[in-house]
Amino acid sequence: MTGKTFRPADETELAGLVAWAASDGVPLEIIGSGSKRGLGHAIAADHVVDMSERAGIVDYEPAELVLTAEAGTTLSTIETHLGEANQQMAFDPPDYGPLLGHAAATATIGGTMAGNLSGPRRVSAGAARDHALGLEAVTGRGEVIRAGGRVMKNVTGYDVTRLLCGSWGTLAVITRLSIKVLPAPEKTRTLLVTGLTPSAGCRVMDEVLASPHCVSAAAWLPADMASKSDVGYVSSPGAAVTAVRIEGPPASVLARHDSLRSMLATHGPVEELHGHNSGVFWKEVRDVAAFVEPEAAVMRLSVPPASGAVACDRVTAAGGQAFLDWGGGLVWCAFKPSPGTATAVRDIATGLDGHATLIRADGELKAAVPVFHPQPAERRDLTRRIREGFDPCGILNPGRMGMVN
Amino acid sequence: MTIAMPQPDQGVLAARDGFLGELAAIVPPDNLVTDEAGLKTYECDGLSAYRELPLAVALPETTAEVARILDLCRRHRVKVVPRGSGTGLSGGALPLRDGLLLGLGKFNRILDIDYANRCVTVQPGVTNLAISQAVDHRGFYYAPDPSSQLACSIGGNVAENSGGVHCLKYGVTTNNLLGLEIVLMSGDIVRIGGKHMDSDGYDLLGIVTGSEGLLGVITEVTVRILPKPASVSTLLIGFDGLVPAGECVAGIIASGIIPAGLEMMDRAAVHATEEFCQAGYPLDVEALLICELDGPSPEVGELADRVEKIAGDLGARVIRRAASDEERERFWLGRKSAFPAVGRMSPDYYCIDGTIPRGRLAEVLTRMEDLSTRHGLGVVNVFHAGDGNLHPLIMYDIDKPGDLERAEALARDILTLCVEVGGVLSGEHGIGVEKRDLMGTMFSDADLKQQQRVKCAFDPDGLLNPGKVFPVLHRCAELGHMHVHRGQVPFPDLPRF
Repeated sequence: MTGKTFRPADETELAGLVAWAASDGVPLEIIGSGSKRGLGHAIAADHVVDMSERAGIVDYEPAELVLTAEAGTTLSTIETHLGEANQQMAFDPPDYGPLLGHAAATATIGGTMAGNLSGPRRVSAGAARDHALGLEAVTGRGEVIRAGGRVMKNVTGYDVTRLLCGSWGTLAVITRLSIKVLPAPEKTRTLLVTGLTPSAGCRVMDEVLASPHCVSAAAWLPADMASKSDVGYVSSPGAAVTAVRIEGPPASVLARHDSLRSMLATHGPVEELHGHNSGVFWKEVRDVAAFVEPEAAVMRLSVPPASGAVACDRVTAAGGQAFLDWGGGLVWCAFKPSPGTATAVRDIATGLDGHATLIRADGELKAAVPVFHPQPAERRDLTRRIREGFDPCGILNPGRMGMVN
Repeated sequence: MTIAMPQPDQGVLAARDGFLGELAAIVPPDNLVTDEAGLKTYECDGLSAYRELPLAVALPETTAEVARILDLCRRHRVKVVPRGSGTGLSGGALPLRDGLLLGLGKFNRILDIDYANRCVTVQPGVTNLAISQAVDHRGFYYAPDPSSQLACSIGGNVAENSGGVHCLKYGVTTNNLLGLEIVLMSGDIVRIGGKHMDSDGYDLLGIVTGSEGLLGVITEVTVRILPKPASVSTLLIGFDGLVPAGECVAGIIASGIIPAGLEMMDRAAVHATEEFCQAGYPLDVEALLICELDGPSPEVGELADRVEKIAGDLGARVIRRAASDEERERFWLGRKSAFPAVGRMSPDYYCIDGTIPRGRLAEVLTRMEDLSTRHGLGVVNVFHAGDGNLHPLIMYDIDKPGDLERAEALARDILTLCVEVGGVLSGEHGIGVEKRDLMGTMFSDADLKQQQRVKCAFDPDGLLNPGKVFPVLHRCAELGHMHVHRGQVPFPDLPRF
């Protein structure tokens, strides 16, 4: 049988399609642009539901700080609209297209929220899910549901919006989203300290994040990764780089820059990036540019920030490479694909009370190692029951999250 | 009391003694309340218009005790109502006559302060303010600050997803939470999140936060703490009308400023509070804004200048910037005294909580005035203007026949208006019993059934806090059933299997 690709014209048609698929037990793969299709386990689906044509800004009121868009709207379309009103998605949505072997700038808001994917500003502005205000979706029962709203503060019923964020299309097909948007900073500066070990880098990141200087992002890159940067100030020292970003009104940024610069100078040589270079550098961190070369497997560890350095050292000892974002709380690892190393890296996360996701791997590795972190029995059972409530026939992205079904 | 609660289970009432006997084997006698005088202490939460005596009150001290109690209750089909400090305003902790009230007040220890990871782990009975106080000496605080923060428990904050005056900039509870331990009705203990920043698997932290005690009993909470802002500037801005005040709020935000707090009071609220506490508010204004900016010192000064310019261009009658901490506290004194001030003007008042898009503010306030006239009850308005969260205070007299019913009817009309203009039924107080029967104005039958299926995943017997949030209770078996319409194929060209 050859699978078909469906492009439902509207919510009603989608609901009809899913209801039919449920009644006949036909599994469906749900995609937006498909840029993150390789993330997750292989989906045993007969057909594809392509939401990329369900695109467009439905409503945008800058003074309300709310934007509503169809799920298939690309992040770049949204960013263009927001830019006209000097606003932004503060959670820094990443573009994993190139990392996962696809074109850049095709990621959609629906896919980003379905994966709850956030960039370097996660540490100060919150995650993608923190910026989702409400949504419309079609459940695995083929029913149209609405959750949340278009306002900042809302405790009306269960927070189904957040539950769908990070569910990777296994509970419902998101069709429309309302997100919180925020003013874009007028000025940005990044301070770099070179030559620090992971643990020294983490201490610096902790110090600045605990300061009242409103640091919006903090990352550490080893020398070999820093040297691959397109930003000369980052690549030329040939040393590890600890980067700290500040944003805001110009006078404030300059004042904080001075304070931070003297704080950082006690740790090592300090350099600074201005607007353009800063933008390029943080995009490299956000989109994991250092690991774009497709040979290696890539894992992403979420750990308590103070454990970032230990995680980094252990990954290196296990034969991998690692860099740190989110002030140490996010550890990106690349290693030669092997189930043994993947399991060892995952065990590092477990040992530090964190978890690991296999972001990029070939089919063989994914068959041997779960993509998502295995959960304790009681949480796994709860997860399974939640899924059964939304998708009793198990037809939406079956198997993608592995442990779910 | 005009809200219907689930019919008490006569079997449970009849078997009370046997159940209490088994309960006594789990919690020591001092932590068990069974006499009528003792039970009366727990008959209501902050929504005191609704009262009921519980079957009994248990005050466990450990997670293991909670797990054993829930397991016992499930086996005896005894309903459970969890309660923190009882400050909730929507009746979420209203007891059930055939239900055990589970008080978490003895879970009052701070377990771990972790500055390196900028988080604090506490038991759920610890008050919101106690967390900030515990880390204050190191220059940190916990951001969400509901006005009851002196008394309200962090467990209750999680259950209601509480906000406060600073949430436009710093978020509500769900945005400041890292981990939870909850106990399910099955007695299973589930740990969610931890000290890391994102969840593995489904966002259980997200769905449990704001679930109003219907999914699990919270026994441990980990929150993130923030470094205190270096500087704060507070402005008092008065306008001749609601329209320019609303435009000022929109203008501040559209100019790229996110104030830490942006509050509005109407003329009635200004007069009531001024009489009550002499905060020094101007009395010749129709709307008063309090705009608080925080952050690095040079930024705060610059943004305060910009706010003054925006307000001035809109014809503000009064613009004052606090010159000292004392003056700043005086600006806030009136706003923070709004509830007691109204309490002195009127024998009883009913605090409503809805959220609207900021742009509809003037329209909503005008229409609310009409509603107030039509129902014959006065309304005083305080408003978290920055995030669109309204708190109209309806003044009534419970001793006047029909007054409570009129207050409830006016509240319903106001909340329906919020939904009509694109807002929601609750910004931070929750649905509880108070707004339960209005859920249908915002959600379809399909939406509500899907939400209840989430409950079924956590509590298949529907024993945890039933009668709250959802207007119609469905059995999980009935909700699980899927209506299959075979033969209705929307895509006739599809291959059939």
